[in-house]
Parts: sequence; structure tokens; C-alpha cells
Amino acid sequence: MLYGYVLKLARKNMLRHRLRTGLTLAGIAIAIVSFGLLRTVVDSWYAGAELGSSGRLITRSEASLSFPLPATYSERIRKVPGVRSVTFANWFGGIYIDEKNFFAQFAVDAQSYFDLYPEFRVAPAELADFKRDRRGAIVGRKLAKKYGWKVGDQVPLRGTIYPGNWSFTIRGIYQGADDKTDENQFLMHWHYVNETIKALLPSLADKVGVFIVDIRDPAQAAAVSAAIDSSFKNSLAETRTETQKAFQLGFIAMVDTILLAIQTVAYVVVLIIMAVMANTMAMAARERMREYATLKALGFSDGFVSLLIFGESLALSLAGGLLGILLTFPAAASFFRATRDLFVVFEVRPETVLLQLGSAVLIGLCAALAPALNSRRIRIVDGLRAVT
Amino acid sequence: MSAPLGSGLSLAYVARNLIARKLTTLLTAAGMALVVFVFATVLMMAEGLRQTLGGTGSYNNLVIIRQGSQTEVQSTITREQANMVESLPGLASGAGGQARITREVLVLVNMPRKDGKGLANVVVRGTTPVGIEMRPQVKITAGSLFRPGSSEVVVGSAMARGKVGLKIGDRLSFGLREWTVVGVFDAGGSGFDSEIWGDSEQMMQAFRRQAYSSLVVGLRDAGSYALFDEALQRQPQLKLDTKREVQFYADQSENLANFISILGQTITIIFSLGAIIGAMITMYASVANRTREIGTLRALGFRRGNIVMAFLQEAMLLGLVAGVFGLIAAAFMQRVEISTTNVQTFSEVVFRLILTPGIVVEVLLFSVLMGVLGGVLPAVRASRLEIVDALRSV
Amino acid sequence: MASSLISIRELSKTYRRGNQPVPVLLGIDLEIAAGDYVSLMGPSGSGKSTLLNLIAGIDKPSSGSLLIDGIDIAALPENDLAAWRAANVGFVFQFYNLMPVLNAFENVELPLLLTGLNRAERREHVETALAMVGLADRMDHYPNELSGGQQQRVAIARALITDPTLIVADEPTGDLDRQSADDVLNLLDRLNGELGKTIVMVTHDPKCANRAKRQVHLEKGVLLSGSGAH
Repeated sequence: MLYGYVLKLARKNMLRHRLRTGLTLAGIAIAIVSFGLLRTVVDSWYAGAELGSSGRLITRSEASLSFPLPATYSERIRKVPGVRSVTFANWFGGIYIDEKNFFAQFAVDAQSYFDLYPEFRVAPAELADFKRDRRGAIVGRKLAKKYGWKVGDQVPLRGTIYPGNWSFTIRGIYQGADDKTDENQFLMHWHYVNETIKALLPSLADKVGVFIVDIRDPAQAAAVSAAIDSSFKNSLAETRTETQKAFQLGFIAMVDTILLAIQTVAYVVVLIIMAVMANTMAMAARERMREYATLKALGFSDGFVSLLIFGESLALSLAGGLLGILLTFPAAASFFRATRDLFVVFEVRPETVLLQLGSAVLIGLCAALAPALNSRRIRIVDGLRAVT
Repeated sequence: MSAPLGSGLSLAYVARNLIARKLTTLLTAAGMALVVFVFATVLMMAEGLRQTLGGTGSYNNLVIIRQGSQTEVQSTITREQANMVESLPGLASGAGGQARITREVLVLVNMPRKDGKGLANVVVRGTTPVGIEMRPQVKITAGSLFRPGSSEVVVGSAMARGKVGLKIGDRLSFGLREWTVVGVFDAGGSGFDSEIWGDSEQMMQAFRRQAYSSLVVGLRDAGSYALFDEALQRQPQLKLDTKREVQFYADQSENLANFISILGQTITIIFSLGAIIGAMITMYASVANRTREIGTLRALGFRRGNIVMAFLQEAMLLGLVAGVFGLIAAAFMQRVEISTTNVQTFSEVVFRLILTPGIVVEVLLFSVLMGVLGGVLPAVRASRLEIVDALRSV
Repeated sequence: MASSLISIRELSKTYRRGNQPVPVLLGIDLEIAAGDYVSLMGPSGSGKSTLLNLIAGIDKPSSGSLLIDGIDIAALPENDLAAWRAANVGFVFQFYNLMPVLNAFENVELPLLLTGLNRAERREHVETALAMVGLADRMDHYPNELSGGQQQRVAIARALITDPTLIVADEPTGDLDRQSADDVLNLLDRLNGELGKTIVMVTHDPKCANRAKRQVHLEKGVLLSGSGAH
């Protein structure tokens, strides 16, 4: 009965200062939306790594990724027990017209690469065309869409690692098996790149950036990795083998400072809006000091008055929070549209929504704290005398 | 007539109104100060990165890399090419009458980060005594320089401090060799501080390389660039790119700097909306609480303009106070050093947040602007009140 | 003499203003019988409102005893005191102190929320009380839709809704025109005469004070001699 009254009063009190309530609601909604977006940015960054298959290992140079490995390692890795098949890829790093047009380009082993990446779906006829044409390329669906490429188009690339002006003919377009597959890659023949470069810069020839290793039993990933690395121990080019997931997490660790900053900032926005909301509640409570004193004189307890203040504060913060949560989804969708190249997936996760809701509750509770304590401290006779 | 009519309401009146509502003022200022803090931090980050990489090298040094390769790590320059460059005109002469040129080799080596989170790609630079001479900002601060022809290395001060945390006496193994850290050098907060330096020829041997990564040459004087570049272009077999050393490193941080400022500005704009709303709420309340007071002032002869100005000044003062507190908090961020991967060169770069007078001015203007934007509508409402109604209000 | 409802002995109250103690009441002795109608008079600063607040249990004395119906209300803990007020005291304020977001019906109903009455019982009580103050047709009106006199009558309905023994009124006509003031005073007469409520009223208006059965004068924190007698 009393609680019903608290809700009713909270609702009616919210409507007393429509402008202020509106502004506060807008503020909370903005904060909750940006909190949700920032969290989703961080999540999506990590989501890219989560996609890595743990049944695939990546072998690269122990010293660093910038050191290539001899292509001959391929056969030796294949012989390691537990290995089913091996393929390899090299970062090509060409420039398409302008440096701003950045996308991933790999020189791959055309014969085996797509066997190890079943999630890259290519029509069999296109794949066969690609294997036949040494100057051919297969590109991801999103990438093709972005630059308006069709099968048969010529794509010029200016080499940075492999000097010269290159030209590739698109022979196929791959689709991701699910929406979490990266559809922004450009894949060309390693053998073509290698033979061209052999004449020009022999030191770069017959080298491979990474080997991709398919293993029979994912549970044996650690053992197989160790076996591969030990077989190249104390050689000119030692290797470091890890699961694809760990490999990708390693990339993310490189920018973890930035991710940490984004995460910190996400919580700062909650603090900012907490101050705004606390201000609104402090004002509302100050204006109602005489009402609260009247209620106390009539015999209502301090607890009831506190409940009124908390009720109003929570009603306001939850309304703003819900509005913010609802707006997060369209906001995330348009953010994703604007930054298509940066993220493979961009989904607002249920945990994020829960955190948003939690933040809204926290904002409401914190904002009510000072006014509620104040209402307890103030004496009835002073409260009755208070002028609004 | 009397002074108040001419000059408007005094600043003391404006300030006292803020002080009278302590909690509200404090909360609003706190919200705005947080926004200012975020804004200032972002500017300081971008500035720190700019000063670190932009301040790397000297104006009269040229970096020469293979055509189109963009970074030193991707570049290769053969001994023959190096010899031909050495004979080109426009170069400064060293002590022995030879051209000032250093043949350098750059590799990225994985080093574990101290926090256990992954590996850092550290730039290891093989250089020469001339190369060190050509970078006068590099000073050995502890230990000694590496001896030419030895497996000794010196580490940049950021590599000694930061996440990698190397010490004198540490043994590093890369290129099938053990290298001993014999000294720490400081390059005045520039990008070299994030590198490890050793002997160029030793590095070539260790990594079985036939080619250098880059050449750095000293120009005879500031005007020699054109002469040298023209001579270089006339040699068709020399497919090389040249850039002034400062420009070369500044360009390498462009993407990261852009990323930081775009992200930071987006966040700041969204956040400032929240803070402006907060200021608006406060100022509207200030107007509502003082309706009768405003009526009295108007009755006393203050004009609408005076009222608008008084409230705008109050909002500006609120913004300014918030700006000052936000800046003070941001100033402490100068102690923070950021260690991250420069996505452009794929190597670890360490930079410090830097607060400059320019940033201080920019941030204070921004905070006052937030106050003004929050205060303008309430101020207009205050000035629109009819005297008679205002006087009657309780 | 009828049995005392309110029995005040040596009652003193001192406020602190900064570090300065400000004595407001200095040893008041006063008996108020059940069914009495007392007006407290005196210039501003005489302590009459403070005395009323102490009797109503919304302020605590510094020393002395204050028994109401045998209960030492100064000794009650905060929550018990609140419950005691809810059951025993009806308030009428100078500025009515109605909740602006509640309509007349809901304002009167407010104290009943602290009782165990169900919705139908509450409705019946509220309708009776509003009928008594002549506002049965204004139940849905919000305070800002009512005149001052009407608001004060709603406040009186709220004061009697829990059937308290004691009604305290602080300048109940202070903000009203003559006609409205008369209506309010007539109502208070009926509460005292027909319902037997004990009323203590603070006023500085002699016309108003004359409506009470007896007048008590305060000046500078003490009762003027003779004014406490019947």
C-alpha cells in the first residue's frame, strides 16, 4: 500500500519539472548509450580473436612476425606427429590506389589454403579458376562490395614489402560461413609473388610469414605446438607455435593500452552523469524539504521519506537507462555501418545490457544518497520553515 | 547614472550565487571537470605522441629506404646501393673527410612484457659510431656505449622503464646469439627511447642479412636537400625514397595520432553533451530559485541585458572552475607513460602525456564554452520574466 | 478542574545559533484539559510557535517535562514519536502544506496510509471528512486549483481524518482573507464543540484568538502571569 504511494508520488514528482526531468533523462540516456557503445567496441575487438579456431595452429618466427621463415619448413611441419595438413601465408601489404584504402592482403598457397579455411566459402568453379590463374585473386564479399569489384576485374596494388606495381585478376569472391568470418581479405598466389620477387630481391624469396597447421586433435594443441617448435630449436630460424586464438589475442595485447583507456572512459561517463543526476535530485529534494517535513510531522517515518527520494531517483534513472538501452541498438547498428572495416562483428552483448541496467540503478541510488541522508538529518521545525 | 547600471551586475554577485548553492555547484562542476579531464587527457596523449615521434631525429639528417617500402623494417638496401649513395653530392663530411652516412639495420624482436600480457615488438637498431654522432640528442645515462664489433647493446630509456623493463647486465637472446645490455641511453623523450641499439655489422651477421634496412645521411647544410635528391633521382638503379629524418618518424605516427584524436574527440563531444545538460539544469534552477530576486533587480532598474549577462557569467564561471579542476587532475596524468604498438610500424612505442600551454588554453576555452552553452537558454528565460509576475512569485 | 490532557512543567527550550545559546522558552508551566481550546498569543519571537511545536511532538525540549495523556513524549525515540503523532495529533499549518502532486482526496487520505484501513474504509473516512469541511465536490481538485480557504479546509480534513485527540494549528488564518478565515475558525469551533477535539492554536490576531475558550500569552519565553489560569 505504502509502496504503491511511493511509486505514484515518484511518477507525479517527476512530472513537476518537465524541463529538468527531460534534460536529466536525456543526459542519462546519452550516458547509457555511450557506455554501451564503448563496451561494445572493446567486446568486438576481442570478439575477433574469439573467432580463431583452436584446432588450427599458427607457426611463425620466434624472433618476431617481421622475420619470415623458410618455405621449406612446410614439409618438416607436416611430418610432426598430430599434424593433419599445413598451409602458409605471407603478408603482402600492398597499397590500392591510396594508403587510406587499407585491407588485409595475403599471398597464400592456392592449392591448400582453402582446405584449411572451410569457413571461407568459394564456389568450386571460382576456386578452380583461381587455382589455374597464377595472377588471380580471391576476395572477401564485404571487400568486393566496398570497392565494387566483380569477378574478372583487375586490381592494381603497389608493393611495399614486395616492390613494384602488381596487378591481380579477381577470380572468385568468398563468403563467410557465418557472420563472424572476416570477409575483408584479399588473397593471391604465393608462388606467383615468390617467383616475381626471386629475380628482383633474392633475399626475400622462398620465405613465408606464417604456417597454418591443422591438427588432428585440438586437445593436443599444446603438445603439437611444442613438438613443432622443438624441431626447429637452435636452427637459423626458430619458431613460435600457438593456437590461432592465442595468436590473435597476442595482436590485441599490443593495443591493450588503448582498450583499457576506452574501458576506463566508459566508466567515467557513468560518473559524469552520476554528478548530473545527483544534482537534479539534490535540487528536487531541497525544493521539497517542506513537504518532507510535513510528512514527518504527520507521522511518516524517516524511512518513508527516504523511500520517496530513492523511489523518485530510481524511477528517473531507470527511465533514462531503459531509453538509453533501447537507443543503444540503433546506435550500435549505425556505428557498425560507419566503421565496417574495423570490426568483423559488432554486437551489443546481453552482459553489456545488464551492465547498462546496473549502471542506471547505481546512478539512481547514488544520486538519492545525499538528499536522503539530508532529509533524515533536517529537523521537522526547520523543514517546515524552509521556503522553496 | 550609478555604476551598476553601466557595468552590469558585479562579479561578486555572480560568484556568491554559485557559492550559495554549494552542493549543486559542486556536483555540476564535478561533472564538467570530468569531461574536461577526458578532453585534456586526449589532447595530451596526441601531443605526447607527436612530440615523441615528431621529435625523433634531426632536420638535416635524411632517412633513405627502398622505394615504396614505407618503414625501415620493410626496406632493404644493398651494399652496392649504399656505396653509390655515399658518393652523391650534398652530404656533410665527417672528421676523416668521409661523407656522414650510417648504414643501419632494423629488426623487430619479440620481448616479453613485464605484466605477462603478450609480447612487445621492440625495434632493434644496428647502427654505427657515425650514426650515434649524427643523433646528438642521444646521451648515455647509465653504463657505457656498446663497443663496435661486440655483442653488446644499449637500451633506450623507455625500454628500461616501461613494460619491457630491461636492465644493465640483462642478457637478450635473438638472432642465435646472446646480447648483453651494457648501457641505457636517453634520446630526450623521442622515439629512439623505445629502441635497442647495437653494432650494425654484428646485427647483419647475427640475422644473416645481406642488406641494410636504411641509410641515414647528414646533409652539408639545410639547402643541400634539393641537390642531393636530384643527384639521387638521376641514378635509375637507385630505387630509393628519401625523407628528412624528423618528417620520416612523424609520418610513422600519423595513423595512431589520428586514431587517438578522432576517438578522443568523438568521446569528448558525447560527454560534453551530458555536462552541458548538467549545467543547463543547474542554471535553470538558479533562475527559478531567484525569480523574485530577478524581479527586484529589474524593478531597481537593471536591464534585461544585465540579467542575461549575470546568468551567462555565472555559467561561464561554473565552466571555468570546472576547467581549472579538470586541468589540475589532468596535470597529474603527465606522470603516465603509455606503451602500445604503433600499428603503422608494428613496433612498440612508448610516449608520455604532455601538457602544453596551448592545451591549457584550448581546454579552458572548451570548458567556458560548455558553461555558456548550458547557460544561454536559462539566461534568456530569466531576462524574459515580467517584473510584476516575478515580484509576486513566492 | 477536568483531568489534564497536556501537562507542562518547567519546560525550557534553548537553540544554538552558531556558538551562541538562544533561550526561547524559560520554564513554562501549563495545563491544558481534554476538550479545551487554547490560543497561544504573543509577539513574534515570544516562543509561542516553539511551544506549539513541542506540544505537537515535532521538536524536543531542552529541559522540563511534557506529558500528553500521561505519555512523556520528550522521552520517546524518533520512530515511536512519529507513530504517536500519526495517532494523536492533527496538524493545521499557516501555508496549508498540502502535497502539490496529490489531489484533495489523496491529501486527506495521506495519514490513513499509516493505519491498517483498507481502501474502501479509507474512501469512506475521507469522504466523510471532506463533506464535513464542505468540499465533497472538490475531491479531484489539486491544491493549485483551490483557493487558500479551500486548501486550508482540506488541511483541516486531513488533520481530523485519523480522529486524533489533539489538533495543533499554527496561524491557521494567517494567509487568508476575512471570509475564508471565518470559515476556518467556524470549522475549528465545530471540531472542538461537536467532536470534542482539544485544540491548541498559535495566532497573533486577537479576533482569531477570541474564538478560543481561553488565551495564553507569552512574552520573551515566559507565560504572562495569570494567563495560564482558567
